[in-house]
Amino acid sequence: MEDWQHGGFGLYLHWPFCASKCPYCDFNSHVATDIDQNRWNRAYLSEIDRIGQQTQGRVLNTVFFGGGTPSLMDPELVHSILERIRSTWRLANDLEITLEANPGSVEAGRFRGYSDAGVNRISMGVQALNDADLRRLGRLHTVAEARSAFDIARSVFDRVNFDLIYARQDQTLAAWKAELAEALAMAIDHFSLYQLTIEDGTAFGARHAAGRLRGLPEDDLSADMYLITQDICESAGLPAYEVSNHARAGFESRHNLIYWRAGDYAGIGPGAHGRLTLGGKRWATDTPKSPLGWLAQVEKTGNGESLRDQIDPRGRAIEYLMMGLRLREGLDMDRYADLGGTALDPEILAQLHDIGMTETEGHHLRATRNGRAVLNAVIRELMP
Amino acid sequence: MRPMTQLDLIRNFSIVAHIDHGKSTLADRLIQSTGTVADRDMKAQMLDSMDIERERGITIKANTVRIEYPAKDGKTYVLNLIDTPGHVDFAYEVSRSMRAVEGSLLVVDASQGVEAQTLANVYQAIDAGHEIVPVLNKIDLPAAEPDRVKEQIEDVIGIDASGAIPISAKSGLGIPDVLEAIVTRLPAPKGDRDAPLKAMLVDSWYDSYLGVVVMIRVMDGVVRKGDRIKMMQTGAVYGIDKLAVLKPQMVDIAELGPGEIGVLTASIKQVRDTRVGDTVTHERKGCAAPLPGFKPAQPVVFCGLFPVDANDFEALRDAIEKLTLNDASFSSEMETSAALGFGFRCGFLGLLHLEVIRDRLEREYDLDLITTAPSVVFHLHMRDGEVRELHNPADMPDLTYVDHIEEPRIKATIMVPDAYLGDVLKLCQDRRGIQMDLTYAGSRAMVVYDLPLAEVVFDFYDRLKSVTKGYASFDYQIMGYREDFLVKMSILVNDEPVDALSTMVHRDRAEARGRAMVEKLKELIPRHMFKIPIQAAIGARVIARETLSAMRKDVTAKCYGGDATRKKKLLEKQKAGKKKMRQFGKVEIPQTAFINALKMDG
Repeated sequence: MEDWQHGGFGLYLHWPFCASKCPYCDFNSHVATDIDQNRWNRAYLSEIDRIGQQTQGRVLNTVFFGGGTPSLMDPELVHSILERIRSTWRLANDLEITLEANPGSVEAGRFRGYSDAGVNRISMGVQALNDADLRRLGRLHTVAEARSAFDIARSVFDRVNFDLIYARQDQTLAAWKAELAEALAMAIDHFSLYQLTIEDGTAFGARHAAGRLRGLPEDDLSADMYLITQDICESAGLPAYEVSNHARAGFESRHNLIYWRAGDYAGIGPGAHGRLTLGGKRWATDTPKSPLGWLAQVEKTGNGESLRDQIDPRGRAIEYLMMGLRLREGLDMDRYADLGGTALDPEILAQLHDIGMTETEGHHLRATRNGRAVLNAVIRELMP
Repeated sequence: MRPMTQLDLIRNFSIVAHIDHGKSTLADRLIQSTGTVADRDMKAQMLDSMDIERERGITIKANTVRIEYPAKDGKTYVLNLIDTPGHVDFAYEVSRSMRAVEGSLLVVDASQGVEAQTLANVYQAIDAGHEIVPVLNKIDLPAAEPDRVKEQIEDVIGIDASGAIPISAKSGLGIPDVLEAIVTRLPAPKGDRDAPLKAMLVDSWYDSYLGVVVMIRVMDGVVRKGDRIKMMQTGAVYGIDKLAVLKPQMVDIAELGPGEIGVLTASIKQVRDTRVGDTVTHERKGCAAPLPGFKPAQPVVFCGLFPVDANDFEALRDAIEKLTLNDASFSSEMETSAALGFGFRCGFLGLLHLEVIRDRLEREYDLDLITTAPSVVFHLHMRDGEVRELHNPADMPDLTYVDHIEEPRIKATIMVPDAYLGDVLKLCQDRRGIQMDLTYAGSRAMVVYDLPLAEVVFDFYDRLKSVTKGYASFDYQIMGYREDFLVKMSILVNDEPVDALSTMVHRDRAEARGRAMVEKLKELIPRHMFKIPIQAAIGARVIARETLSAMRKDVTAKCYGGDATRKKKLLEKQKAGKKKMRQFGKVEIPQTAFINALKMDG
């Protein structure tokens, strides 16, 4: 058994366009009109064929349409892509096909079409349950629109996730608790709750660097918000199975689990990263970020990749450590040692156990509730 | 090959100035306007050859240049300029250079006036019997007040400033007047060409191509290439391989006679084999009595230098050996610290000297260093009558064996506009100073304080600059040792003593100092996953305590397939930063903390 099989095999497709750019978002997204969806269709299909040839005989566990705003894709485009995927790989019985959607009224109108094409899970960027904050986050939808889009999604798809951003500007602990309670009252099975992170290269990043992004919570408040979120969701039956992801048992995102379990994933589309194990070696792949650049490259050369780098054993071990410890289930220390050729330092492990940051069960290592709050520090300690 | 120069056609001089008053620029202009260096080869601060000198705008080593100047009287004169350091750390370098010349230009910034450093150096020139020509620089600045500054020169220094030459070294204004004044107002050297050779060893340095280069000033007699010479103090005998003058690059010369300044090489292995101030004579028929010698420079500030990466220890040892080849004033001995591993305890002439050496080690030898807090040399008078030198607070013996401790004191001279006088007096009082004198010259005050060197050695100058917005100037000289109630204060981080942070403090100030240090360390040590007590203690008694609370949140909110590469790189970078920190028990302390913990805000 090859190592990636512990995590499975998924396909990520990147749709790079948005109706507008949100000030906090550092994903590869672009605002454009006049998108020739037929041209995109041909490029995606060509890439599916290329990856399909390299991964012949594999069973595909998941497909994920990310962005950008994939709910701007025509349902026909999604249909065509999924058709090609079905004819390329053997599919897992529980194949999960997720599509990210904006919770606006226009998108909701396309939900049925996506479902007909085969999408069985929708992930909605609700972000806040408060109109003022939605505007501050640069979102085009209102809370009322989001709620109605959610109800439509609920009736169309088996599984629905929605994202919220917290630790927002001027948000109090009490306000967040109230908002979280409102969200939990909606019939959901999966939540992604992200603390607002100021990234370089975004509008918020620039404002922050200029000292003009006020009201962000201090460290202690953001720690309190994080920990209280864990407690509230846990008692509501949606424990964190990953740092920022909560689900009822069995409703976890299987696609994202592939990342965290260090499985293989192909990345198709502009700026899509991949990890593929081929011929006993593990490769990191990347593609041009520019939508038209990627499109032109695929059309011209039949290969959308801009990079295919071998990851050395140490790098593989670090990635597994970094991703695996994000999960509540933790990581398998034997698998870690096999990947990197060296075991985790027992002395450092003992220290981390002593101060209550990690715990082990057999050969499984996991971060505790407190450990997950300072996971970067834990990883830095354990990193070779 | 050049003929020897007649005595009355030689002028030897130095330039005395406060830092930034334009000494190096004036030297550049003198070199340039006489065509000594072709314009295309000219670069700023011509005489400062070290990168650090150019970057910091300071002179560290004395440098010399021979200028040929056709004067208005129709004769061509040889002018030897010895450019000296201005900073107090290198005062010793100044004093010996002064002995090699007969006159000085006193350069004063016409907008700023006389500064403490000017004062100290000009007194050295007066002590050396120099004729002094005052030069008012930056005369073209709107803020220039030549009359006020002339008055100040007369009041404060006590020399006649009526003939002061107004110039702008930057624009070249007045440079011909300066050259003419050097010829007409400075005396020619004296000497007897027929007497046995008597030359002063002014300086020596290591050149990677030529080996040790020795700068000499001939007093009497004549020295030629190939001569067998003798160093009178060491008794060593050498054959001269090369004789040259500096223009400022070396130009070979057949012989040097009385009044001339030049350099020689003689297969000398190490700078340490030469003694600055020694008398150079011929092996045979040498002179009878040597010139009065100099005392070697004594290091007054000590600190530990440790490689960040323990594997660099050998590289550090090599680098220090190479630097000592060229700088006999810098001393080193191996040191072992429980906290920092193997390194060196090094002695310096002062803090600037320390910084310069550390910079050179890091830059020229590509080393990452941890510098421990600087300390001075304490004298421990033991109960059995023995007197020991304490270079490192970590070596402090058990107090039951110590009768009393003495510390070095300095006489500090500070010149400051009277608006800031109060702050300066407060700073000096806070540093255990005793006022010795306070006088006014116009709106500037001159205060003289008796201060413990230990209180000055660290951040006194920074504090002085900050409380006076840079308007104060400061200079000092060592006065001697005096007893005081001193104790060793240790710092414990997470209950582990950190030897590199131990300091000697006055008992009455220990609490305040300890509190300030633990507060500072609380800022300097990054939060860990657990809380960390930070304590200051005298013996077993804790006198100050702070607790660094545990880090509560450091987790990446989003980490999916597309983030893996970037997040991994970030973690690797942070991990590399961690590896540069020092581990004390479970706590990691950044290198900068070892110095910054001692910087006092008040």
